[in-house]
Amino acid sequence: MNLLAFRRMRGLLRKEFLQIWRDPSALAIAFVLPAVLLLIFGYGVSLDARNVPLGLVVEQPSALAASFTGAFGHSPYFRPRSFLTIQDAERAMRAREVQGIIWLPSNFARRAQHGGNAPIGVIVNGVDANDARLIEGYVQQVWATWLTAQARAQGHPSPTPLSVQPRVRFNPAVSSRNYLVPGLIAVIMTLTGALLTALVIAREWERGTMEALMVTRVAMREILLAKLIPYFLLGMGGMAASVAMAVLLFGVPLLGSWWVLGGASALFMLAALGMGLLISSVAHNQFVAGQIAIITTFLPAFLLSGFVFDIGSMPGVVQLITHVVAARYFVAILQSVFLAGDVWSVILPNALALAAMAAIFLGLARAAFRRRLD
Amino acid sequence: MPPEAEPAPALRCVDLRRRFRIGKRVVVALDGISVEARRGGVTGLIGPDAAGKTTLMRLAAGLLLPDSGRIEVLGIDVARDPLAVQARVGYMPQHFGLYEDLSVRENLDLYADLQGVAPSERSTRYADLLHMTGLGPFTGRMAGRLSGGMKQKLGLACTLVQPPDLLLLDEPTVGVDPVSRRELWQIIDHLTRGLHTTVLFSTAYLDEAERCDTVLLLHEGRLLGSGPPREISRAMEGRSFHAAAKLGRRKLQERLAGLPWVVDAVIQGGGVRVVTAAGTAPDPATLQPPVPDLRFTPVKPRFEDGFVARLHEKVGRRAPSSPIPAEARASLAPGGDGEVIVVEHLTRRFGDFIAVDDISFSVRRGEIFGLLGANGAGKSTTFRMLCGLLPATSGRLRVAGFDLRTAAAPARGRIGYMAQKFSLYGDLSVGQNLRFFASAYRLRGHRRAERIAWASAEFELAPMQEATARDLPLGYKQRLALACALMHEPGILFLDEPTSGVDPLARREFWRRIDALAEQGVTVLVTTHFMEEAEYCDRLAIMAQGRVLATGEPEAIKAAARTATRPEPTMEDAFIDVIEAAANKALAA
Repeated sequence: MNLLAFRRMRGLLRKEFLQIWRDPSALAIAFVLPAVLLLIFGYGVSLDARNVPLGLVVEQPSALAASFTGAFGHSPYFRPRSFLTIQDAERAMRAREVQGIIWLPSNFARRAQHGGNAPIGVIVNGVDANDARLIEGYVQQVWATWLTAQARAQGHPSPTPLSVQPRVRFNPAVSSRNYLVPGLIAVIMTLTGALLTALVIAREWERGTMEALMVTRVAMREILLAKLIPYFLLGMGGMAASVAMAVLLFGVPLLGSWWVLGGASALFMLAALGMGLLISSVAHNQFVAGQIAIITTFLPAFLLSGFVFDIGSMPGVVQLITHVVAARYFVAILQSVFLAGDVWSVILPNALALAAMAAIFLGLARAAFRRRLD
Repeated sequence: MPPEAEPAPALRCVDLRRRFRIGKRVVVALDGISVEARRGGVTGLIGPDAAGKTTLMRLAAGLLLPDSGRIEVLGIDVARDPLAVQARVGYMPQHFGLYEDLSVRENLDLYADLQGVAPSERSTRYADLLHMTGLGPFTGRMAGRLSGGMKQKLGLACTLVQPPDLLLLDEPTVGVDPVSRRELWQIIDHLTRGLHTTVLFSTAYLDEAERCDTVLLLHEGRLLGSGPPREISRAMEGRSFHAAAKLGRRKLQERLAGLPWVVDAVIQGGGVRVVTAAGTAPDPATLQPPVPDLRFTPVKPRFEDGFVARLHEKVGRRAPSSPIPAEARASLAPGGDGEVIVVEHLTRRFGDFIAVDDISFSVRRGEIFGLLGANGAGKSTTFRMLCGLLPATSGRLRVAGFDLRTAAAPARGRIGYMAQKFSLYGDLSVGQNLRFFASAYRLRGHRRAERIAWASAEFELAPMQEATARDLPLGYKQRLALACALMHEPGILFLDEPTSGVDPLARREFWRRIDALAEQGVTVLVTTHFMEEAEYCDRLAIMAQGRVLATGEPEAIKAAARTATRPEPTMEDAFIDVIEAAANKALAA
């Protein structure tokens, strides 16, 4: 780099940092936006069912029935409420006062004691399919626990020859927040990265400064580089703040190493900023640039990155599409680094994919930015 | 380098064409331009909006490629080697290309870095530029907090930080106050005479043409003519006259404009400036009924006469402007010649910024009253308060007898308002816009149909009923906007910069309509930064920095600026005098 080019770069960088400092909108995008989104989604989105209101119908009270329903009272997942008839309980479910009903018919105790099949009715409100499945699972768990306890009390061996010993790896507390928050960071940083570059360049178009720059001796790659460097640093700052929030505020464990996290984040940030640059080559005003950034980065990252919705269970075509969503690779790395540690078999291929995406977006942006207005 | 003896022309275009696609429409910006501009001096690119000025500038700066044809700058083919051109030109785009959140000094530093000015040269270069632009005391101020005129000078300083061979200035004087405009021209003179820089200067103000060494006249993407402005005016020798009669200037203009041998008739001073068709002398006998005391005095032709005459030849006469029906509309604004608009000690603050500072004036029924001032003088803020859209901080405002503090709604019902920017529905057709505004003004049934028919006929919009408003030529948009503002037969008409950007012919037509309305008793309040337009007003107020500096008839305001060396001052001279006097007074106080 010769002296003149060095001065041009220095001039552009100084301008960019002065603008960041004096116009707080870039700082807001880098720090305030991720913090707000993390708080909203971190506290608002939870896939755990806790204190689910549950209706209990015991048609003929007995010691056995009391011990069975008591098991629900002890569970942290349910908040049981008793009804006298199944009709009452169903009315409550229709009013959404309870999410599910456990129904012990009048012959429950008799058939249980005579070794027959004691029927238990389980009715679950299926409007929210995810909640319904969770409730179903929890009920079965409570039921299995109770059954084992009963058998042990009567000195019988376990009624089922097999016993399930569930062991949850990588997220022992089975807290959905622990895997949602790292994924969220990826989704939020996709938006932040793209917005940072897309909006500041759109602002230059809007105010006519881009037009003036183009007729100076500055090269297009210098303009792009002078945008990339400051906003890369800013984006990484926002990333660090988000990780700090995840660990300190949400208590997500961070098992992997810092440098792997940093390296992967850097690759991802380059891809996100590159996407922003590409957007700003077509969108010459801030409103349009913002709209495009949200539609092309945030929404796909939210839906197709696998942070909530498992990619493996998507239709084949949609699975193919997820490969062009950079957040997908970053979500995989983040979930691994946070919850499992440096698992190289996960990190390496995903990091390679991120590097490729960064190279493609930056290369396309470079090609799209020409020294002309049309 | 070309040999010194015969430098390549500054600009050479050969059958240059360029169009743009806007949605589904194709707009032809340049339609086969062939022209040459020599080195040295100022070449003016003169024409109204949509003439193709900005496109030509951008082509010259290498920011656009031509569709066909060739453009050379300083002997270099721009399409082939834009970098070589950009290394030798300085280009100031329309909004000056400044970073608003950087200080004056930081903007200069940035452009010095980008243009490769060595740090050792900078201090002398900056000193020169700051001295030349008068920005010396403001180096620490943010560019966004400079006045329009100062921004324009800073933009110029930034493009000059590395002295260019050719300076491209795209409409640098739009909306800038006359004092700054004059200072800019002094800088340009210094650059061309003292430093032998070549300047290409685009403008829509015809009076600036006379300051150029050569002009290229553009209209709708075509070249209307080129040459030294003096030659263009000289060709009009023997065709420019001043007409005066007891009849009154507005009635006289109305009568003269309809005559076949009259190419142009505009109000100037107490009479009418007339340009006759080529080879004809004024013939008072053709006026029917005769005007016995009508006298024609030959006057020195000016540039605008030549431009308008050329427009007439090329474009042909516009649709014969039907004499505007002078139907007596007594119902319009009842009550004699009373004062319809009264403004007393009006003030409006925004935080610690005083946008309008203790202004007072009044407008009588049927009068055309002008507010003359640069961008930021407080004209639009005054307007918004008069329309009841913005409450006053203090002072009294009466419109049509209603106090705007207590009765904004009834006052608004008497007002027709035509906003500065095209404020109709661009996606609706002409007819749909008319029907919408008729409904918005709560016209119903027979009366609604009558008013829509009136608007279509009066403004000759009938053939355009189905056209989408956005696609209309600027002159038609303006007519449509005026038609909508008049839909409810208001007694008072507010016009905010109504003619900015339209060509001289459309502007004349527009003013004929306004004159006719005033004759019918409609009170018109108009803002403008066209000095010449101020002459069409019955009375005007000169505004600067939120204050009214002078009020009176145009003739009286001009007369006050008369000196021994300047027996016939223009409105611009008078304006500058008034502003300087106010500045001196402030300095003395």
